[in-house]
Amino acid sequence: MNKAAIPAISASDLTKIYGERAALSHGSFEVPAGSICGFVGPNGSGKTTTIRMLLGLITPSGGTATVLGESISHPEKYLPKVGAMIEGPAFYPALSGRENLKVLAELGGFPLSRVDELLAKVDLLDRGGSKFKTYSLGMKQRLGIAAALLPNPELLILDEPTNGLDPSGIQEVRGIIRDLADSGTTVFVSSHILSELEMICEYLVMLREGKVIFAGKTQELLSAQKPMIIAIPEYDVDLANLAAKINEIGFQVAVVNGSLHIAAPKEASAEINRKAFDAGITLASISIVQPSLEETFFEMTGDNK
Amino acid sequence: MIRVVIAELRKLRRPSLLLGTIATVGGLSALFTSIVFLMINSESGNSKRGERVGPEELSQALGLVYGFKLVGVFLGIVALCIFASQTAQEYSLGTLRNLLVRQPSRMKILAGKFIAMKLFALVMVVFAGVLSIGISFALAGRAKVDTTLWRSSAAMHILFESTLNIFIATLCFGAFGMILGLLLRSPISAIAVGVLWNLILENILAALINSTAKWLPGINFSNIGEGGNPLLSYKHSLAVSGAYLLVSGALAAIFFKRRDVAN
Repeated sequence: MNKAAIPAISASDLTKIYGERAALSHGSFEVPAGSICGFVGPNGSGKTTTIRMLLGLITPSGGTATVLGESISHPEKYLPKVGAMIEGPAFYPALSGRENLKVLAELGGFPLSRVDELLAKVDLLDRGGSKFKTYSLGMKQRLGIAAALLPNPELLILDEPTNGLDPSGIQEVRGIIRDLADSGTTVFVSSHILSELEMICEYLVMLREGKVIFAGKTQELLSAQKPMIIAIPEYDVDLANLAAKINEIGFQVAVVNGSLHIAAPKEASAEINRKAFDAGITLASISIVQPSLEETFFEMTGDNK
Repeated sequence: MIRVVIAELRKLRRPSLLLGTIATVGGLSALFTSIVFLMINSESGNSKRGERVGPEELSQALGLVYGFKLVGVFLGIVALCIFASQTAQEYSLGTLRNLLVRQPSRMKILAGKFIAMKLFALVMVVFAGVLSIGISFALAGRAKVDTTLWRSSAAMHILFESTLNIFIATLCFGAFGMILGLLLRSPISAIAVGVLWNLILENILAALINSTAKWLPGINFSNIGEGGNPLLSYKHSLAVSGAYLLVSGALAAIFFKRRDVAN
């Protein structure tokens, strides 16, 4: 079979139950090989549990999954080709960054020459000899990414890789992920920075309360969302009047920071403009906005805290 | 599995652990051996539990390892602490998940870890032995102990046998610590329980109910190190210790293999 035709990750009814609580309930999704796939969901929605099951760290209560075409019941068959950073970087505090990577390289049977290559890649070569406990959060995170890259992975699983990174660090990670995807590596990445994921992910898996509520192309998800019309009257005093007029024609309106957010199809913009004109209100602007991934996420997960 | 051993040895040879252990073991070895020779005429005794050992006894072939054997049980406690902390810290630091991603066979991780720690324990025992014997020779003249028999083939045999017994006892204590580390998953808890049990609770229990002494793990581990005594045979201690470690080791291994790594 064509290697690209086999999904990098395929989960079918994957379930993990702790006591009476389902951390993941009948999760089914696929991550196409060679893609960058975002994994999103509010805290406690089951992302890390899913990742742990995919890495053979916890045993599913039900369902099946394959990683790189191999069942997750035999992690030894696929883990040598998988790089992972789960729930933040965890290393030995008294060992240097370099020594920590060497421990993992020796364990996985990777050449020790990879260690300095990767330290350079994540911009830690100068501090490679310093003890891990002296690293800043961003440096720890970068070391975690270097460790995940040790096997030159076919599949890279990253859990919140940009936690603690400054904007330039985030940009670097984005660059690393894109470079890896360009070279054919599949990247499965969970993050709370949805604007980042929107920029780099072609695919998305979205969880809410242990259930997969979307799995597919990012573009499909976003284009399926209703656009919003944003109207701004010339004078703020007209906001309430205009909102009432628009309500009369059956659209929901919210006043947000001096503008009206109207849940209506884009074809309604002409009618809204006309209503405003009839009411003697001049619009400073009227525009149609497609919801961002963040807005879509909040709408779908109800996690708009 | 050899890869696991090499990776573990890299962790074990970090200066803070290696030098700290060498300093502790060296200090204990020097202290106990020095007490035997420097307090040879002291009325408060120069051996365990205030016993007195004179120049005549120390001039025998056994005198060569007398100090070394005294320090044996403490080497065991040091091993218990190291084995327990090195095992439990994989949980508390969250590094176990990294290890299992790079080496999914949990039994290989466990076996590799134990082999690496065995090697570490061997270095520890040999260092303590060499230091103790060196100090014994250095202080023998001052204590009026004749060392002629210390160079005999019988003394070499005793030296080999004692080193082996102390090594076995150290491994028993270490394995006990490793099992506690696996079960409790916290270095502090594992060390506290291990030390408290072996140094305090067992002694209280044995003092209150004499018959239990034969069956307590720590007492039997120590007895292996001492090569047995008239009240508790070496073979009995070996069998009891083996049984304890086999059963608890198997249980810990099953837990380790099956338990979710969720932290």
